[in-house]
Formats: sequence, structure tokens, C-alpha cells
Amino acid sequence: MNTLINFPISLIVLCSGFILILLGLWGMLTQRHLIRIIIGFSLMDTGIHMVMVSIGYVTGGTAPIINNAVLMSEASNLVVDPVPSALVLTAIVIGLGVTAVMLSFAVRIYKTHKTLMIDKLTESKW
Amino acid sequence: MIKRIFIFMMLGLMAIIFFNLVANYTENTSLSKLAQYYVENGPQEIGAANLVTAVVVTYRGLDTLGEVTVLFISAAGVGLLLRRKKGKQNNNQQQNKSVKEVANIHKSSSEIVETATELLLPMIILFGVYVFLNGHLSPGGGFQGGAIIASGTMFLLLALPESHISRLLIAITESLSGFSYVIIGVLGMVMAGGFLDNRFISSGTYGNLFSAGAIPLIYTFIGLKVGFELSAVLDRFRKEINNEEDDPV
Repeated sequence: MNTLINFPISLIVLCSGFILILLGLWGMLTQRHLIRIIIGFSLMDTGIHMVMVSIGYVTGGTAPIINNAVLMSEASNLVVDPVPSALVLTAIVIGLGVTAVMLSFAVRIYKTHKTLMIDKLTESKW
Repeated sequence: MIKRIFIFMMLGLMAIIFFNLVANYTENTSLSKLAQYYVENGPQEIGAANLVTAVVVTYRGLDTLGEVTVLFISAAGVGLLLRRKKGKQNNNQQQNKSVKEVANIHKSSSEIVETATELLLPMIILFGVYVFLNGHLSPGGGFQGGAIIASGTMFLLLALPESHISRLLIAITESLSGFSYVIIGVLGMVMAGGFLDNRFISSGTYGNLFSAGAIPLIYTFIGLKVGFELSAVLDRFRKEINNEEDDPV
């Protein structure tokens, strides 16, 4: 029981993040369907966000918002690191933009080739 | 086959790297020096209760401007890739017809869906506005509020696929809010400490809606810009599915 209490919560988030990164990489490398490759990219993106957030966690910390529960004078002992959260906010938005552009490329490829399987898109193969 | 082996070898090596990172991981027990500075001086310097907002909008404000630019470029890229012209459509009319028939199946929505949309859509947009106006006090901010507004657009496009979204309105709001964001940044440079400094407006009472200087203003512009930009992207994809033509802007 004692080990369960001492087990750091952020380790779970960190492990899940790394697993998601590996899953996303596997999907991007082995799948032949463009939509599945994009899903793999999104999974990897989410995994990276989870790893970054978990690294900013401080034991017993709460959200970095000053209010009645977290007073200004003792805030630095109570809150988690706000910098990784801000970074992840940026990363999520960039990931969204990249995914949107990838999806519109997929739409364009489907319109010109009538397929989304990358085995059949041979003109850029070397 | 040999490709598969290489892929699994690579994934295995990545897994070893990750395993070492996890095995040597110890949770932080105190903040890093930079975070310590932000947490201790952020509330007095910036006046924002939400420290993540203080970091995003002022301390790292230039990154956020770059982020908004990246989002704008990606929205422009989607617009360029999914551009539709009248002449092109005649070439593959046969295929258009079949697509249109498929799209027509989804077109009419029932009375219940229509009424529910009219009831819920203003509330969703109001919630988005609430989230970006209170970005300096509570969890949320311009990007989150903008995403909620865009989810309202998504809801509208799913429930009433025929509804028309004015591209002119989107273009005007988006460019004006982006322009105002940069103007506020320059005002901060002229009247306060530097680019995107929020202290050129009096910071008000700490913890009130009208506090933290220019942060609510900046987040309003970011929220509007992100919301309308994402709505434009969704509208592009909708037009692609329904095979509609672009409005002339």
C-alpha cells in the first residue's frame, strides 16, 4: 500500500506518453493508407504533449492559478511549472495546423489519383 | 520483409531510449529557477491570476504571435489546396453528380435538430467568448475559446449543412483582429516596457475581469482570429464534401 502512495502520478502520464509516441511511429511507418498515417502522426503528437506536461509536474502541485486556495505569497511551493503548459498550448495549436494541411493534401491526392494507398502513388517513388 | 525488420528494430531502439528516460525519472519537488521567477513575480508584474496566461501572452508573447502566424499560414494553405473553380467543376461533372447525390442524402435535417441547433449555437458561442474573456483569471484563453467557437461552427455545419458562412465576414474579422494584435504589441513598445507589454493599460483590481492590462484585449483578438480561422478551414472541408463553389471574395 505504501509503495502505491509513493508511486509518482506523473510517471503514469510519462509512460502513456512514450507508449503513444511509439504507437504513432509504428502507425506512420507500417500503414499504407494516408488517413491512417495522419492518425499515427496525431497519436505521436499527443504522446509528445503528454510527456511535456508530465515533466512540468511538481509533487503535490496544483494548477498555476492564483486564487483563495493558492495565495500569492506561497504560490511557488504549491503550483506546477507553468512553462511546459504554455509550451504544450503552443504545440497543440501547431499540431492542429499541420494536421489540417496534411488532410487537405490527402483530399487533393484522392481527387487526382482516386486512391489513398501510398503503394499506388508511384510517381514520387525512388 | 526486411523493411519490417528495420522498422521493428528502430522502434525497439526508441523503446530502449524511452525506457532509460522513464527508469531514471524522478518527479520534481520544486520549481525550476525560471518557473520560480514567473510564479513569484508574475502576479505583481503582469496582474494575471492565471500564470500560464501570463507566460503565454506576455513573457513569451512573441512565440504566441508566431503561433498565430503559423495557424494563419496553415489556414491559408488549406484554402489554397482546396480551392474550387467554376471551370474545373465542368470537367468532372459526371463524378460531381454522384457525389452530390451522396451529399443530398444528408441534407435535410429534422425539425428537432434544427430547433436544437438554433437553441444551442448561441450558447456555445457565448461560452467560447466567456472562455477567452476570462483567460487571465481561469483555465482557458484565446486559443481554447477560439476552438470552442469553431466547434460551434462544426455543429452548425453538421446539423444544417446548407447554412451559408460568409467568407467576407471571416476574412474581415480575421485580418482586423490579427492587425489589432500587432498594434497592441507596438503600443506596448511605445507606452510601456517592450513589444507586447500589457502594462500600458492600468492593471485594475487584481482578480477582476477588467484587470491584467491588455491581456483580455489580446486574448479577445486571438480568440476571434483563431475561431474564425478554424471556421474557415471547416467550411473549406465542408465545401469539398458537398462540391460547392467558392464565393467570390
